Order: sequence, then C-alpha cells, then structure tokens
Amino acid sequence: MGKVVLVTGVARQLGGRFVRRVQRDPDVERVVGVDAVAPEHHLGGADFVQADIRQSAIGRVLAETRADTVVHLDVTGTPLGSGSRTSVKETNVIGTMQLLGACQKSPTVRRLVVKSSTNVYGSAPRDPAVCTETTAPKSLPSGGFAKDAVEVEGYVRGFARRRPDVSVTVLRFANILGPAADTPLASYLGLPVLPTVFGYDPRLQFVHEDDVIEVLRVCSHEPRRGTLNSGTFNIAGDGVLLLSQCSRRLGRPTVPLMLPAVTWAGSLVRTLGMTDFSPEQIRLLTHGRVVDTTQMRETLGFRPAYSTAGAFADFARGRGAGLLPPEALAGAVDRIAELSRRGSGHLPTQSAN
Amino acid sequence: MADAKVIPFDDDRSRGNRRRAKAESAPAGEVQPLPLRGAAAREDDSGDDPVTPPAASGGQAPVRSLAGDDGGGEDGAGDGSLERRVAAGLSFLRRRLTGDYEVDDFGFDAELTDQVLMSLLRPVYEKYFRVEVKGVENIPAEGGALIVANHSGTLPLDGLMMQVAVHDHHPADRHLRLLAADLVFVLPVVNELARKLGHTLACAEDAERLLAQGELVGVMPEGFKGIGKPFGERYKLQRFGRGGFVSTALRQGAPIVPCSIVGAEEIYPMIGNSKTLARLLGFPYFPLTPTFPWLGPLGAVPLPTKWTIQFGEPIPTDGYAPEAAEDPVLMFNLTDQVREQIQHTLYKLLVQRRSVFF
Repeated sequence: MGKVVLVTGVARQLGGRFVRRVQRDPDVERVVGVDAVAPEHHLGGADFVQADIRQSAIGRVLAETRADTVVHLDVTGTPLGSGSRTSVKETNVIGTMQLLGACQKSPTVRRLVVKSSTNVYGSAPRDPAVCTETTAPKSLPSGGFAKDAVEVEGYVRGFARRRPDVSVTVLRFANILGPAADTPLASYLGLPVLPTVFGYDPRLQFVHEDDVIEVLRVCSHEPRRGTLNSGTFNIAGDGVLLLSQCSRRLGRPTVPLMLPAVTWAGSLVRTLGMTDFSPEQIRLLTHGRVVDTTQMRETLGFRPAYSTAGAFADFARGRGAGLLPPEALAGAVDRIAELSRRGSGHLPTQSAN
Repeated sequence: MADAKVIPFDDDRSRGNRRRAKAESAPAGEVQPLPLRGAAAREDDSGDDPVTPPAASGGQAPVRSLAGDDGGGEDGAGDGSLERRVAAGLSFLRRRLTGDYEVDDFGFDAELTDQVLMSLLRPVYEKYFRVEVKGVENIPAEGGALIVANHSGTLPLDGLMMQVAVHDHHPADRHLRLLAADLVFVLPVVNELARKLGHTLACAEDAERLLAQGELVGVMPEGFKGIGKPFGERYKLQRFGRGGFVSTALRQGAPIVPCSIVGAEEIYPMIGNSKTLARLLGFPYFPLTPTFPWLGPLGAVPLPTKWTIQFGEPIPTDGYAPEAAEDPVLMFNLTDQVREQIQHTLYKLLVQRRSVFF
C-alpha cells in the first residue's frame, strides 16, 4: 500500500512544483493538493480539493483521503493575487491551527512537514553572526510574516508534544530564489535601481527552488539510513553574498538612503500597494541574516545542489541585464587595461581568442 | 635598542622604506605619505629588536635585495613593475565592479582587507604610532588561538593596530578576527567596515565558531570599562568581564595568547566624561579630552604616541577535562592568570619606555 500525501498551498508555484515532483516517487500512491483557490498551473495527476484551511472542512478532507503524510506549504509572506495582509496572516496562523487540529484527530497521519522561514531569527545587530537552530533571537520579530512563522512554529511544537507518534519536521528556509521565484526579496532584486540602507551591507543567504523541492521530498519520506528527518532544520545554500555583491552581479545600481528615509519610503510604497516592502524586509536588508546549516548536512543528510552564489546566479540569468551589466563593466576595465598596455610601449600579449 | 648607532645605513634605509612603501601601495592605488627622515630614523633605532621581522622596520638584507631588483634593469624594470601593478590594480577593480569576490559567513572580505583597508591603516600604524611589535612568534602559525589584550584609548584604535600588527608581522600572514562590542554593529558605516575587516560580535557563539574554524580571534575583555576609563587610571586593568573568553577557549582547546598594548592609553587623554551627552547619544561614555570637543573635529586627532604591542607566552587550555569550562573556580583562576600576565607585562614595558611620544 502506497503513501497518500496531502499538500497545502498548491496554488502557488512552489506547491505546484512539489506536487508534480512527489507524484513521481515510486512509493507514493496518491497526492492530494489543497488550496483555497484553484491553481493556474497543472498539478500532474494529483487530485485537487478546493478547501480553505482556515475552515474545519480541512478535517473532512484529511479523513476522507486518509492521508498519512501532510506537507504544509501554505505559510507564506505574500498574498496570492489580490489578498490583504490580514487574510495572509489568517491563513498562516488560523490555517495552521485548523490543519494541526485535523491532524491531531486523524489516526492515519504519520508524518508532518511544515515550511517555515529563517525569518524567525529576526535580524538584529545584537544577534550572533551565524544563527543555529537553537539560537534564541535577541529581539523577536514584532510583526509581519516573521511573527506568523514564529507562531506557526509554536503551534507545531505543541502538536509534536501531543502526538509524539507523528514525525514532525520544520524546515526553516533562507530566502528562496530561482528563475520563477515570487518572494518579496525576488521582487526587490527585480527593481531597476536598488534602494539600500546607507552604511549597512547585509549578508544574505539564498536557497534554490530545486533544492527546496528536493528537501521537502526527502522529509516527506522515511529517513534514509543514518539520517534523521524529524526536527527543525535550517535550509540554505552554502556561502554568503553581501547585498553589494548581489547588486553588482545583477548589474543594478544601488541608491543608499538613510535608514529613516528607507522606513518612510517603505511605508509609502506599502500604502500604495506597489510592492511588499515590509519592516522585516527592511531589517533584513539592514542587518542581514546568516544561518548555520550543519544540522541540514549532518543530521538530515541533505546537500543542496546550489550554493548561495549558485542560486543567485541562476536567478540573475532569469532576470535579464540590469542598467550596469557586469559584462559591460568588465569589458570597460579590460579595454582600459588594453590601452594601458599599449600606452606603456610594450607589445600586447596576444590571447588565444 | 643599543644599536641605535647604525647611522651610516640611515640614508640607505629611509630610501629603502620609500621604495617598499611604493611597492606595497600599488594594488590599492592609495596615497602613502613619504616617510619623514626623522620618523624613519626613529623607527630604525627601535627596530633592531631581534624579534621584529625585517619587514617591520627596514632590516638590511631586504632593502639591499629590493635595491638590487630595481637596479638591474633601471628604467625598463621600473616600467615593467608599474605595468604589473597597473594590471593587478585593474584586475582587482574588475573583480570588485562585477562582484566576483568571496566573503565568509561573517562577512569578512579578505581581498578588500588585504588590498585596501590594511593599506589605509598601515600608514597610521607605521608612521603615526610607530608601533613596535614583540613576541609575534608566540602566536601559533596555524589553528585556533585566542589573543586577549588590554583595551584603552577612548576609541578602539588599539584593536585595529593589533590587527595590522598580526597581519604584517606574523610569518603565516594570519588575519586577526576581532570581537567587537554590539555598538559597533549598530552604527552605520562602522558596522559595514567592521564586518569586512573580519570583526564580529563579541558573543560566545561567534567566538567559538571562529575558533572551531581554526581562526585567530582577538578579544579585549575589559570592554567599555577599559576603553572608557579616565586618564588617571591608565594602565590599570579593569575587571575582565565574567571570564567568558576563558570558557570559550577551554571549550575549543585553543591556547590563550596574552597581549599588552602600551601607548594607546595616551592617544586621547580622557579627563572627563559627559554622562548627559552619552545618555543622549546612546553611547556608553562621552569623552572630554583637553582638545575634544573644544577644538571640534581637529580635537579628534589622536596624539602621536609611540606604541609597543607585546604578545606573551601562550597559555595552553587543551590539558583540561571537557567539563572544566563549567568550573567557575578554574575559570576565575585562569582569568586572573591571563590578567596578571598582561598587567605585569604592561608595567615592564612602561618601565622600559623612554617617553610617551618617542
């Protein structure tokens, strides 16, 4: 008898991709996708159930499908289409509570995987440079998605205590990037000119979408030999990029603004509804955040295919050239080098090409 | 020091210094002040300490060989090295402009530190404070080690000078990773530069992570109590925090290298502390010196004192049982031992010092 996997949040790109991927696994018999709105993308051969996880209907879905693995991906920072911040928060927090309540009553559930975020560590100058899974943040996130994630994790911990027979995995993802990423950070990096906070160069970490799908898949199956896939894990690509490096690699010029101006501009942009430039986003772009991934590599036994720089390069390829493409700048410097070689009266060394 | 009579070489040396300065400054393209003859001479008469490697203060051999290199091809060779330097500078510029460089998890930018930031600090180190380094061989060539130093001078210039001292004098070219107060990471610009120089927040997690990576970590456990103490209490070590640095070193089995810095106390003689202004600005203290803030920005120029940085014998920490890090008695004993050693060396160096400025 195969597994029945129930996935929430399938109307989003990431959920859709995961559903399509997990169906191909040999021991998976059936995949049920749940979301409040019908997805625009196809879900392969998976069943789609239109249900709002904020309602108790999710309990019926869980009972009818007799799912043994629940993958909760509907913990997100941005509304899908036209939604307000309030509805996002409700889906995150109330939705998680309803889903966990349903799981608690279900006799079939054996495994629960929850998507969280490294936002739970906040971003503060007084935090250690590298956060491990056990690091307690000095200042808890005061609002926004980060607070949702903290609360979601709190409920999940409570569930894990009440149902010790269910294997519970919480995956704290760093900023997810990829050719199709639709996260707030991705839309920020898509701006033609990047506003930055003057005097701060935050350290950022990225994880590639492919790696996200892969690690979710690893966690929704039985653990491989010598690994353990229940618990809380930071998921991020190796290495670190500074925001200044990101902007140079993207070829987008930066405009450093004083911190109060950035905060003010952020709230203005938010009011106009142009982009989700939340306070926690500004804090991330001020102080940065780096997490330790030793647990991911040693306990979970997962090695991401993309490093932070690799994930970023893949994202940059999908975005097209900025105003100051790095190739053009490199070419300009090369031309100056060429001129200076000629100017010095020496024969220029001929290169092979 | 007794060899101050090497006057015949003086001419040769100051020229050598100038050439060396030129050669070093190339990649960053920054302006390095020409050494004053007086300064060079002073540097020389203290520079004959056997411990100081030749790079520090114009030993004879390297100067000769440099002169030989240049003398061989005369102008042609000079052009060649200029060309090389231009090429190196341009490839550096190319990497910076395209973002094609690496930083570590702490934001340490080794290339920027080596090529630019160190070259900016070096004139201050060599020409302004004329730092004399002793006992650099006490720093292990590899593996983690914790350098514990006294802290003074109102502004943490002593940490930066210690970093230059380790980087320029240690044969293995090791980078010192300083642990800085949280205030550093709150201030704009300062935090960015500190991270790029490889500094990180003074907390047990970061220190342990760096030591576990085999880095050389520098800590000044006196913290604000040391740096912001009044001038009258100069060279009196304050309490060494709660000794957290000892348990960190014990947990990692990293040796503790005590370091005594003489000269930093007098750069800004703090004769008063405006508590009101400090509270208003959110600083732990607001220094009043004979010149600051009365002369405005001019008053913020430090006095050109002569510095000595002495690294002491390392104190091994790997012989203890794993639970030793939790033993408060052992921790206090070790903390006191380190503190005593630094204080003792400070007094010894002060007795040897001829004057504050020379």
